[in-house]
Parts: sequence; C-alpha cells; structure tokens
Amino acid sequence: MDIPFTIAPHPETGVFNAKAGIWLFLASEVMLFGALFTTYILLRVGAPEWPHGELDVALATLNTAVLITSSITMVMAWASLMMKSFGKFRLYLGLTIVLGFGFLIIKYFEYSHHIRMGDVPSKNTFFAIYFTLTGLHGLHVIGGMIVNSYMWGPGSKMWKTEPARFTNRIEVAGLYWHFVDLVWIFLFPVLYLL
Amino acid sequence: MKTNNITHTVETLPHVSLHHLEELPFWRKYIFSTDHKVIGIQYALTSMIFLFVGFSLMMLMRWQLAYPNEPIPLIGSIFGDDRAPGGVMLPEFYNQLGAMHGTIMVFLGVVPLAVGAFGNYVMPLQIGAPDMAFPKLNMASYWVYFVGGVTMLASFFLPGGSAQSGWTSYPPLSDITIPGFLGGQTFWLLGMFFLITSSLLGSINFITTILQLRAKGLSFMRLPFFVWAQFVTGFLLLLAFPPLEAAAVLQLMDRIAGSSFFLPSGLVVSGQAWPATGGGNPLLWQHLFWFLAHPEVYVLILPALGIVAEVIANNTRKPLWGYKSLVYSIIFLGFMSFIVWAHHMFLTGMGTAISSFFQTTTMIISIPSVIILSGLFLTLHGASIRFNTPMLFALAFLPMFGIGGLTGLPLGLAAADIPLHDTYYVIGHFHYVVAPGSLFGLFAGVYYWFPKITGRRMNENLGKIHFWGSFVCMNQIFFPMLIQGLAGVSRRLYDGGQQYAHAQGVLHLNEVMSIGAWVMAAFQVVFLVNFFVSIRKGKKVHENVWEATTLDWAAAPTPPIAHGNFASVPEVHRGPYEYSVPGHAKDFTPQNQLAEA
Repeated sequence: MDIPFTIAPHPETGVFNAKAGIWLFLASEVMLFGALFTTYILLRVGAPEWPHGELDVALATLNTAVLITSSITMVMAWASLMMKSFGKFRLYLGLTIVLGFGFLIIKYFEYSHHIRMGDVPSKNTFFAIYFTLTGLHGLHVIGGMIVNSYMWGPGSKMWKTEPARFTNRIEVAGLYWHFVDLVWIFLFPVLYLL
Repeated sequence: MKTNNITHTVETLPHVSLHHLEELPFWRKYIFSTDHKVIGIQYALTSMIFLFVGFSLMMLMRWQLAYPNEPIPLIGSIFGDDRAPGGVMLPEFYNQLGAMHGTIMVFLGVVPLAVGAFGNYVMPLQIGAPDMAFPKLNMASYWVYFVGGVTMLASFFLPGGSAQSGWTSYPPLSDITIPGFLGGQTFWLLGMFFLITSSLLGSINFITTILQLRAKGLSFMRLPFFVWAQFVTGFLLLLAFPPLEAAAVLQLMDRIAGSSFFLPSGLVVSGQAWPATGGGNPLLWQHLFWFLAHPEVYVLILPALGIVAEVIANNTRKPLWGYKSLVYSIIFLGFMSFIVWAHHMFLTGMGTAISSFFQTTTMIISIPSVIILSGLFLTLHGASIRFNTPMLFALAFLPMFGIGGLTGLPLGLAAADIPLHDTYYVIGHFHYVVAPGSLFGLFAGVYYWFPKITGRRMNENLGKIHFWGSFVCMNQIFFPMLIQGLAGVSRRLYDGGQQYAHAQGVLHLNEVMSIGAWVMAAFQVVFLVNFFVSIRKGKKVHENVWEATTLDWAAAPTPPIAHGNFASVPEVHRGPYEYSVPGHAKDFTPQNQLAEA
C-alpha cells in the first residue's frame, strides 16, 4: 500500500502531503521568530537607551533587494517546471542559489566590520539581539541554499521519472525560501531603520 | 462480510511480510527503519529506559531526603569524590539529580512514550493509513531524539557535572553556573535543541497524517478519541516548542558569546560584580520557558487521556459518554493552554493586572478538563465493567488525575499561590497529574496494545500485582508531599528541610515517601519481568482480543504487517464506539463493518 496524496491534492484539504507539512513547519517558524521579535521588543522597551545608526542601512537595503529578487527567481523556477521547461528551471534555480550566496557575502562584510569594531554580542543587548536574529536568519538562508542546491543538482533527476512530484518539491522549497525572505523583510526595518 | 475480510487478510499476510523481510537488510528493518510501527517500538523501548533512568535519579535523591548526610548504601562509592565523597551526596550533586530527573522524565520519558511510541504505533492504524505521511521524517525524528537523549546523559560525565539549575533552568543562575562549552547547562541546551527538533518533525508528521491519510469514510467526528488527543497534542508541540528554542538560543548566546539577554544590570555574584554588560531580563526566560512548558503539561496528559478513553469505552462496552463534548473540550483545552502560562509566575512581581488575567484563564481551562473527566466517569455509569489490567490502570487514572487537577486550583489563584509557590505542594500536585495520572494512562496503553504488537497477552496476575503495588506506592509518595507543602516546606532543599523550624513537624514523612519510592521500584520489576517474558511466552491471542471497534483492532491483522499495515484499504462506515448497540447480535460493531447482517 502506497502513501496516498504524495502528488495529488487531498480532496478535502486541497493540498498534497508535503505542502501541508511545509505550512505546519512555517507555522512553527513563525512562533520561533515571533518569540525572538518579542524578545527584541521587551529588551528595547526595558532599556534606558537604545543605540541608533550603528548598522549600515545601504548594505542592508542592497541585501533586501537581493533577497526579494531571489524570491522572484524562485517562483520563476517553479513556473518553468509548470511549463515543462527544465532548462529554464535550472537557470532560475541557479540564479536563486547565486543570489543567496550574494546575500551571505554582503552579510559577511557587515559582520566582519562589526567584529573589527568590537560591536559583539557582549557589548550590549542591541548587538546581542542583532547577531542572534540575523545569525539565525543566516542559518535559515544557508539551509534553503542546501535544499535548493540539492534540487538543482542530484535531486533534479526526479524530473525524468516523476515530474509532477519534482514540481511539488520545488513548490515546497519555494514556500520555505519565501518565508526566509519574509523574515528578512521584518528584520530589516526592525533592526536597521527603527 | 466480516469473516471474508479476515480470511482474506490471513491469506495475504504471509506473502506481504515475507516479501518485505527478504527485501530489507537488518539495519534498514530494525535500526534505520521508516516503518511507523518499528519506530514506535524504538520510541517505546528508548523512552522506557529513560523513565527508568529518571526514576533511578529520584531514588538517589530520596535517600538524601530521608537520611540527610548519611552515606548512600551499596552504591555510594561509585559516584566519586566530586559528587558524593564517602558516599555522602553533595548539594551540587543533589541539584544535578533534581534538574535531570525533571528533564529526563518530561522530555525523554513521558512525552516520547505518549506521543512518539503510542502515537506512532497506534494512530496510523486507527485512521486506516498505510504509514505516517513522511516515513523518513519519522525516522529522523526518532534519531534526533536519541542524540538529544545521549547528549543529556553525557552531561553527567562533564568535569562540573550536568545541569543543576532545575528542569526550568531559570537564569541568572543557569546563565552563570560553569559557563562555556563544557558546562552541564550548555549540554542541556544543546540536548534541548535536538529534542525540540525531534518533536517538531514528529508533530508536523502527526498533524499531516491525520489531516491527509484518514481512511475513506473516517470523518473527523468518527475519529477515535485517542487520535483527537494526538491531533491536539501535535499542535501544542508544533507551536509551543519554538519559543523555548528561541529562549535556548538566547541562553546559549549568554553562556557562549557573553551576551546579557537574561542578566540584569548590576548583577552581583558571591560579593563580586558579574563581568557582563547587563541590560537583560531574567523574567524573559520565565515567560518564554512557560510559554512552552504549560502547553507541555497538556502534551504530557492529553495522550494519556486518549488512551484512557479508548480503554474505558472498550471495557465498559459502552460508547464514550458525550463524545462530541469531549472532542470540543479537548480542542478548547488546546487553545486555552497557550494563554495560561504566567500562572507559574505569580510571585515574580509581574503585576496584579497580569496576574488577574492569567488566573482567570487558568480557572477557565479547568472547565474542559472537568468535562472530559466527567464524560469518562459517566461512561462507567450502568456498565458491566471488565476489570482487566488495562482497565484497572485506566480507572485509577480518573481519581488520580482528579486529585492532580483539583490540587492545581489553589495554585492557579494568585492569592492562594503565594504561600504554596515553590513548596512540596506544587511537586505533589503536578506529580499527581503526571505520575499516577499520565504514567498510569501509559501503563494502561502498554497492557492494552501489547497483544496488538506481539500477538500475545501480558500475564493478568502479574499485571494486577503491578497495578495494586504501584497504586498504593504512588499515593504513599505523593500525598505526603501535599501535607509537607501546606506546612511550608520548600522544594529543592537538598536536606529536605532539616534546617527549618516550620518543617520539623512533617520531616518524618520524608522517610515514608522514600520507602514508598523504593518499594514502587520493586513493583516495576514485576512489570519488567511480565513485559519481557510475555514477548515470547505470553498467551497467544486472536486478532481482536479486546473485541474493540476501532480500526487498529478491527481491520489490521495482529501483529500488523511490516509495511502498509492493511492487506486491503479499510473503509469506515460508522463512529468509533458502537458498543452494545441494541438489536445487534454482538456487543461491538467495528468501524469498518457495513450494515448489520
């Protein structure tokens, strides 16, 4: 007996198994980042003064653009599969991975600058929460890039055998990638602008 | 119709299982298996070992409490001079045992047994699914849990010993005790990451499976109550654990990177200013921790409630009283469990307005619990009850959980909580919920589903000895705690309160409780002997030994086939508890049976 609804959507819930799973996972991720954002609010409200202008807004704006673009290419990768164009899929997913690298490289310059300046977690709670939030987000970016690289490389063999299932996988990977993007959309104003 | 079904099943069974036996090598079949039943058994055995470890730690503590500063007999010398010089337990070692007893029992014992083992094994069978929705994720969930458990155990062998700031790990203490990578608390946090990941993977799998893989005709209002309990538990695990993960990240940052999330400004330790910038908030940890840990209490109790409901319906030969009310109650309970957490924090000075809010929600959450318990009690009314071992445990669960629940009410009211907080009363209260409560429910489950898993029954006489012994000892251990607590004896004192004048009148109870604990260990030996001997020598049983209605008994062969569970896809035609339906020839009508012939 095979497990049902791995490819076709369930008639009542309207989703296939992995899509239900990724939405549940994202719900738990909302709780994780929600708790950390709450921490940020609590620390900031309780602090006698809160540092401003310590972070590089220009670099962060650039990074925001990089991540949003990568979300677009991720959708294009999935759409290419829906239109049965495997070559375009490779191109767009490859671009998504490259843009992920770009984000991390920019982040690396930011981090190394702060560490050189002595702006480390032990300096004050602002830098502590900055490194915690962006570090955890960075780990999520790396996780997404590992998944995407697998789908671009060895995992893409599935396209030949089970194209519908492979398309589903890209959709699920995409949902995760958009979530990681979305977290940054919240991080950027909270840490850099406010 | 039904006879045909069974012959069909028996005929196809050998082919299916043999086919799979040849196909998979040993390590794929029993170690890195993706079959939910094998994973369930892995969870069961591992968590029972951890329950034993947690129990052993407690038995050591009980020696120290009954006979403070006397050398531990027989085994005292093996702990070494930095834990128990001359066999006499050091306070630091007592604290380690206390912290790890709680952690191991909750996160490595009861939850994995209730959810990982019973949920994994029984739930897919009860909903007529071939497996969990994500078999590989299921395997990963077990192995991540295993690594988490090993990390926790390994922490005992660190230079400074394991975590020692209580299972709640309140900062600043937990932040500053042996900081750095090799502190026991760091290992505790790393272990928690693994356990949180494990339960996250598990809960996603459970919810998806129940949403997507129910057999044809199995609507939500036809689900066995146990499945409902697992469904709600899944959501609690999914949404309550991440905030603890966040808190653990923050505490790890405090311990490794020198941040001050939980360290206030101007912290003085042993007369010296603590070298951190401060600006943090110790209360933040408590909020994040209890945001997990209160729903966690329901994670401990709901699966046990589900098991008890199954066993009671089956052995009263009656439908559950008010099935729909029970379902609505458990859903409501799940929601409410997210907004009661700060009743653990009435003494922190968080303010009367917040206290009022949380004491109100706490009183409200007691309503669905009472509805569920009342429904189960009313099911007993007018029934001709079969008093087998699983039923005895299920029956004992009701008043024991009742005591646990009712003793919780004074703790939920801010004014009454002030004198009771952090006393043995609290320990007595929550142990009544989880020890003779949850654990009795889980024992009922072991005796009830043992024939399903092995095809053999456990010995009834030994089971009854185990039950009555445990029942008496449980009360001997935990009832005196309520008395001590009302007298004002604080918890976490390594000498049991010897130094306090107000404790003198109730100190003698320490010995009573300790003897209860050790005698209870002897009765658990009876259980272990019964368990392991019955695997090979127990009385063989037919397919549906309890004459149950749910799919796990009615549709799946006993023991179930390796992969796929069902020889043919079951179809559901009726509700879960059609027992003693008037006009029917038999007193049970399986869910997959068509109209009565």
